[in-house]
Amino acid sequence: MTTLLEMRGITKVFPGVKALDRVSLTVEAGEIHAICGENGAGKSTLMKVLSGVYPHGTYDGEIIYDGQPLHNRSIRDSEEKGIIIIHQELALIPLLSIAENLFMGNEVATNGVISWPLAMQKTGELLRQVGLNEPPSAVVGKLGVGKQQLIEIAKALSKNVRLLILDEPTAALQEADADRLLDLMLELKAQGVTQIIISHKLNEIGRVADRITVIRDGTSVSTLTKEEISEDRIIRDMVGRDMAHRYPERTPAPGEMLFQVENWSCMHPEQAGRQMIKGVSLNVRKGEIVGIAGLMGTGRTELAMSIFGRSYGKGHAGTVKMNGKPVDVSTVTKAIAAGISYVTEDRKALGLILEEPILKNISLANLMGIARRHVLDKRREAQVAEGYRKQLAIRTPGVQQKVVNLSGGNQQKVVLSKWLFTEPQLLILDEPTRGIDVGAKFEIYTIMKDLAEQGRGVLMISSEMPELLGMCDRIYVMNEGRIVGELTRDEASQEKIMALIVKDNGKTTGKVA
Amino acid sequence: MADNQSSLGGHLRENGMLLALVAIVALFSVLVSMQGKPMFLQAPNITNIFLQNGHVIILALGMLLIIVAGHIDLSVGSVAAFTGAVAAYLTVVLKLPISVVIPLTLIVGGLIGAAQGYWVAYWRIPSFIVTLAGMLVFRGATLWLLGGQNIGPFPKAFQAMSSGFIPDLTGIGKPHGLTLIVTAIAIAVVIWIGLRSRARDAEFGIAPEPTGLFWGRTLIIAAAMAFVGWQLASFRGLPNVLIVLAALTILYAFFTENTVQGRRIYAVGGNYKAAKLSGIQTERLVFFCFVNMGVLAALAGMMVTARLNSATPKAGTGFELDAIAAVFIGGASMAGGSGKIIGVVIGALIMGVMNMGMSILGVGIDYQQMIKGLVLLAAVIFDVYNKNK
Repeated sequence: MTTLLEMRGITKVFPGVKALDRVSLTVEAGEIHAICGENGAGKSTLMKVLSGVYPHGTYDGEIIYDGQPLHNRSIRDSEEKGIIIIHQELALIPLLSIAENLFMGNEVATNGVISWPLAMQKTGELLRQVGLNEPPSAVVGKLGVGKQQLIEIAKALSKNVRLLILDEPTAALQEADADRLLDLMLELKAQGVTQIIISHKLNEIGRVADRITVIRDGTSVSTLTKEEISEDRIIRDMVGRDMAHRYPERTPAPGEMLFQVENWSCMHPEQAGRQMIKGVSLNVRKGEIVGIAGLMGTGRTELAMSIFGRSYGKGHAGTVKMNGKPVDVSTVTKAIAAGISYVTEDRKALGLILEEPILKNISLANLMGIARRHVLDKRREAQVAEGYRKQLAIRTPGVQQKVVNLSGGNQQKVVLSKWLFTEPQLLILDEPTRGIDVGAKFEIYTIMKDLAEQGRGVLMISSEMPELLGMCDRIYVMNEGRIVGELTRDEASQEKIMALIVKDNGKTTGKVA
Repeated sequence: MADNQSSLGGHLRENGMLLALVAIVALFSVLVSMQGKPMFLQAPNITNIFLQNGHVIILALGMLLIIVAGHIDLSVGSVAAFTGAVAAYLTVVLKLPISVVIPLTLIVGGLIGAAQGYWVAYWRIPSFIVTLAGMLVFRGATLWLLGGQNIGPFPKAFQAMSSGFIPDLTGIGKPHGLTLIVTAIAIAVVIWIGLRSRARDAEFGIAPEPTGLFWGRTLIIAAAMAFVGWQLASFRGLPNVLIVLAALTILYAFFTENTVQGRRIYAVGGNYKAAKLSGIQTERLVFFCFVNMGVLAALAGMMVTARLNSATPKAGTGFELDAIAAVFIGGASMAGGSGKIIGVVIGALIMGVMNMGMSILGVGIDYQQMIKGLVLLAAVIFDVYNKNK
């Protein structure tokens, strides 16, 4: 095997932070090379150096690609050499068709005039290559995230990719889609495309990767071969310690009934007559962690948001009770007053004001808590933020730091701090560990455990079944806007959850037919 | 470390603005004296900067809130003209006393703001469209109310709003005693506030700006205030307008930085959805910003009408652009969520000083427009450059 890429002693400094400190990475031609590391360890920064987002000269160290020193001035430079990166946030334009997106910036044109028949034909070929069965004229925004991911890969193929970099490609995918993507990666490997995958999901890495480089705190810790790959070893290298258990030990001690939803329904906000939530009833006791499992798009987020101040949908019906008494949750303010908090799935778009410092984000949902007669007490605000920084171990030089500069795990802790400051009795956590590395996940789980031990109720929505099984006392299974089953901790298994969903799907299709 | 950066960056921005203002004043002083004309910074000129630009500052205060909330208001010039005409109609035609006219006109302004804010806040109609419509509607309404004529002149009491001076309660007369006392108090307050916020920064673990820089800046501000105070005292004293401006500036600076509702407006502009999901009544706040803008537009409209001593159909043309320019020169972001009152006031003063300086120098209106446009562009480029650095 020949070496395709060698990065030597890469050091990248941001104002006040050394993001990369003499990192080395060697990628052999034709392999799938995984990069693991905690959030903020520097994986994405390293890939940005490689792909020209940070041009040559803004970092120290050297890159040898295909036997030549690589001096990228821009992303375009690196793309010309066949290095293509697919970012975590997909860069497709939702209102344009697949064909238009595929050849964006690389149009099939002579003298600036696009030949659409040719573009459509080429798009068709590329889509076949990635196994996506959609017409080239389909509008991208109407397709699911999994299909969009395939379009991104098709786009890379159209540019004669030699080194494909995938930054957490399956983070937003359901299991079936993720599986298909991993298969495609192996197929591309067979065709000779070298790939680098950044992922937090260790089982995926074990499946596709030939070698793994673990990065910790901006330096490369180790490179492991396929034979050496084991979850425990990777985790140990990532966090610098052995992790006997991936979930904190806890003894469930459910108390009195805290939160009850009875016969809750709501309609789609735009499409008239489309019922999204169909008569859902569920409950959470004090000190209990309850999960909601289900595939993506089955209405879990919609359920949570519709309960939390009718933030989703219209035509709400049903009752919500706290401590046995019906409460008014018709606005977010009232829901918060009733003791309910909702930590959103999408923390950047819905949870944080990225350009504001940590302390202003933490106080946001309870400004009256730091004010006297509507006048802010900034000293108290700083104390509160400082308190949560210590309590939740938010890693930052100070609470004046803008949250945009924090890693995903630390951003999530800021969002949690914000909601804890509202003194909730019930926390609804929507995908609380999405895009967070193993070490930070454990910390988030520990926080959840502490919350339960304080006698609060936790309702957790997650698409990662292992974490539901590892954390929850009870799991509701949701499908098509309905609760289709309830499993206790002892009964629950991935198979049983999937079985409930599949059985329900069979029923619905039966009805339609 | 990194937060030192951001706080230094913040100080840099404010210091830079102040420096730019000082530099522009110095530049005009030199240029004017080179032309052999009387001193640029003489009392009548200083007085006039405030009299002639008071309305821009007032509009810019309201415009900052709107822009921070992520919106824009193009209608303020027309609303100022219309409310000025309303005030004229009430005073001159209906002969109502000024104590009735002023509150009534402010209410009309508030209602206009509410009428526009309703569509923006509750119907999510883009503010650009709503206020563009408002700009046309209220320009037309002004013409209709005035019947295409000017209405004037006004009683002395109404004119005093824009051209009056505070009485000298000390009885010294020349120099104006009360003016000197107010100036001294103001200087003391500025130094006290500076020291207090410095102490607070230190307590929060924000790296304070270097001592030399702090005192250098504070002394420059104090010296400038002393100079302006002395000049005004030796002329006719503090203009009423300046008192109104100072009071409003302090009020709005306090509101935006130290109150719950003020902070929430920044949150709405910073991330509307996150603010909404944090229990902030986003619609109500946006609505409030527009009502507030309407009231301030009415105040500005009355001040301009009083200064011209006549309500005219053409009044207020281009005010909205002056106010918006002052906000952006003052460092607010087009995307919403950021900007400071003090920056906006300095931004408006920079424009005012340039207007006056170029007029004294005899620069034609053609070049004045071009230069002002370039200054606006340069200020924003400076901001963006600093952010990306």
